[in-house]
Amino acid sequence: MFRYILRRLLQMVLAFLGTTLIVYALMFAGQGDPIQALAGERPVTEAQRAYLTEKYHLDATGIGGFFYRYFDYVRSLLQGDLGQSLTGRQIGDILQQAWPVTVKLALIALAVAVIFGVTAGVIAGIRRAGIFDNSTLVLTLLVLGIPTIVLAPLAQYFLGVKWQLFPPTAGAEPNFYALLLPGIVLGSLSLATALRLTRTSVAENLRADYVRTARSKGLVKRRIVSVHVLRNSLIPVVTFLGVELGNLMSGAIITEGVFNIPGVGFNLFRGIRTEDGPLVVGIVSVLVVVYLVSNLLVDVLYAVLDPRIRYE
Amino acid sequence: MRVRRLAAWTALPLAVTLGLAACGSGGDGGSGGSGSDTVSIQIAEPQHLVPTNTTETAGNQVISGLFSPLVDYDAQNKPVEVAAESVTSTDNKVWTIKLKDGFTFHNGEKVKSDNYINAWNYGAYAPNGQGGSYFFEKIAGYEDLQGKQPKAKTLSGLKKLDDLTFQVTLGAPYIDFKTMLGYNAFYPLPDAAFSAPGVLKADYEQAPIGQGPFKMKGTWQHDSKIDIERYDAYPLDKPKSKNIEFRIYQQLTAAYADLLADNLDVLPTIPTENLSTAQTDLGDRYQTSPMSSFQFLAFPTFDKDFANPDVRKAISMAIDRDEITKSIFKNSQAPARSFVSPVLPGYRENTAGAAGEFNPTEAKKLYQAAGGPAKIVISYNGDGGHKDWVDATANQLKANLGVEVVGSAEPKFADLLNKVEKKQPVGMFRLGWVMDYPSMEDYLGPLYTTNGSSNYYGYSNPDFDRLVKEGSAAATQDEAIKKYQQAEDILAKDMPVIPLRFGENVFGHSSKVKNVEMDLFQRVNLVKVEAAS
Repeated sequence: MFRYILRRLLQMVLAFLGTTLIVYALMFAGQGDPIQALAGERPVTEAQRAYLTEKYHLDATGIGGFFYRYFDYVRSLLQGDLGQSLTGRQIGDILQQAWPVTVKLALIALAVAVIFGVTAGVIAGIRRAGIFDNSTLVLTLLVLGIPTIVLAPLAQYFLGVKWQLFPPTAGAEPNFYALLLPGIVLGSLSLATALRLTRTSVAENLRADYVRTARSKGLVKRRIVSVHVLRNSLIPVVTFLGVELGNLMSGAIITEGVFNIPGVGFNLFRGIRTEDGPLVVGIVSVLVVVYLVSNLLVDVLYAVLDPRIRYE
Repeated sequence: MRVRRLAAWTALPLAVTLGLAACGSGGDGGSGGSGSDTVSIQIAEPQHLVPTNTTETAGNQVISGLFSPLVDYDAQNKPVEVAAESVTSTDNKVWTIKLKDGFTFHNGEKVKSDNYINAWNYGAYAPNGQGGSYFFEKIAGYEDLQGKQPKAKTLSGLKKLDDLTFQVTLGAPYIDFKTMLGYNAFYPLPDAAFSAPGVLKADYEQAPIGQGPFKMKGTWQHDSKIDIERYDAYPLDKPKSKNIEFRIYQQLTAAYADLLADNLDVLPTIPTENLSTAQTDLGDRYQTSPMSSFQFLAFPTFDKDFANPDVRKAISMAIDRDEITKSIFKNSQAPARSFVSPVLPGYRENTAGAAGEFNPTEAKKLYQAAGGPAKIVISYNGDGGHKDWVDATANQLKANLGVEVVGSAEPKFADLLNKVEKKQPVGMFRLGWVMDYPSMEDYLGPLYTTNGSSNYYGYSNPDFDRLVKEGSAAATQDEAIKKYQQAEDILAKDMPVIPLRFGENVFGHSSKVKNVEMDLFQRVNLVKVEAAS
């Protein structure tokens, strides 16, 4: 097990370097005129253009320029310096501010998905074809069918503005309550998927041989469901949720925008809009690490859930 | 039995969730309503807060509270002294600026003429890369501060006379210099802002020290908020509100939701998406006021299709401006039939003459007689919400001229400019302009003179250039305006651009504040706004 984890960690270093190279190349290739993007529609003065061009090596173009700038970036990255955004802010500071709030939001969303999705999924699986099962089927289909870009403003308008149950926006230093509504909106999609997955898996396992055996040897049903069935049914759900954690962190662009949460998604959007290469690469690099770590966690969790799975 | 088991299954997570929620609600209320002595105002994340480097609205709004300008503008948009006692000149070339006594910076320093001279030198020095450096180009010696290794570090045109008086020598006489001094690039900087002569402290803009009615409370909370509070030693009109919180929003729609819930006090721009409902949502808290923005369509001079002014006039006549401002902009913008904004001294209505009037039959006749192209493209940047009106304009042209018209979106403004500069066929393209200070020259110079900074379409008319130059060198304002108006008449003849719309501030405020006023520069008047208690 230990050797397995170590090997995976070493692979991560390679994957990390590879992604920074690819993302940096993509940003480099797609770069138009970041200085004009920063100035909006104002004319840019010669002095300012010269100043920014020199400061960010924007004149280094072509293949040679790319490698020059990439190695420059990696060199400062290894020294722990993520560089500066075009407005002169330290990207390290930006990330330091953005990550905590995004992590909180993602964890709330994940908690919503686990608590409601898995619970409802188990119930629906046990009472297959009942009223509960059928109504959750319709509800989840509905949620899966509404994109966040519609769901988020609707939730904000009705729950935040009209009925004033939640604050309409969360801001930069939100408390738990302010993050709850965005968390639910963000988690609703994963909730629906988790529910469907759990339901199918539970319904299938309930008819498995080992359940029949357990029942015939006289085990209480509660124990059969909570220990035998649930544990086996959770394997696909855990896989899904592990990948989803990364998605929740990077995919919150819309939710963060609607609820005014200056997290990772918002900064990523801003970086792309202002063609701020270093900012985008910095955020994506950290996201890659999150994905890799959550994937490793999922793999380790498999072994915990299913003793038949072993890692060498 | 079965029911109880299920109840247990559902009760547990519910209890956990409720418990978590209960923990959370004990917090500080987060973005909840502001206290009675604080007014919250929406802004975007400013790019910079150093006066000479602040060129966008959000930063401008913040430093307008922290600094007091030399001059401000009266109801007719003529300059009046604020921090200056007097701004005088006999020949419009050598200007003497006398400061009012009694101004202090927020750290207690007395404001001296050196503070202005140092700040302007810093702003003009090219290696500092200040976005507002072009404001100093009219001052003598500006060229020596340009380039990678400038010849000088200070402007030769700036001379200290005594602690409260200094002299500015311009490269050439400029009648509107006093008007120009109202722009934020001309604010002073305290000695404490510099770590060495000409070197600004790196963290100065995290908590700028100014001499205005408000001072910073804490530092700039990036992407979150900027708090400022009343500065008690300010010698002029004291602000009505004790604290102002600039709350930073990424999206206007989020701010609008907060405004509706009374969580935000002032929203300086109602988002386009909400314009149709805003009047019903807000009632008399929905307000409009003049501002200087000017939207127009430009003709690339390198395109032979549009070389004939009659073609350009015909296209202009085929556009029903009233219809578009009404149906698409819900009257939040006004139709434009002149080449400079109505807020300016010297503005005249309908200078475009017949070309500005909607007249489809004449337009078609003229278009065909002048041999206009069979296909017109209107290019615009797709990231600015321009699609709706460009498509509407294209449809009008299609119907009224009987030719094929398509709107073509470029991803970003820079891409559009890039294509224009490379003389690629973009057809007509949209542009907008917001003035820096209320002078006709601030439209005519940058937009239409041969070397104008925003003349992307390459319009050039020596007579026009000469008139603008004569106007800015005129001895009196009246004479200057006369020259500027003659220049504008040339534009009506040449029609290098089609004026479309003049903008307005469309803003809203919560039920918790009153006296919300906005100026021509899209800034909320921070001194007047107050909590309604």
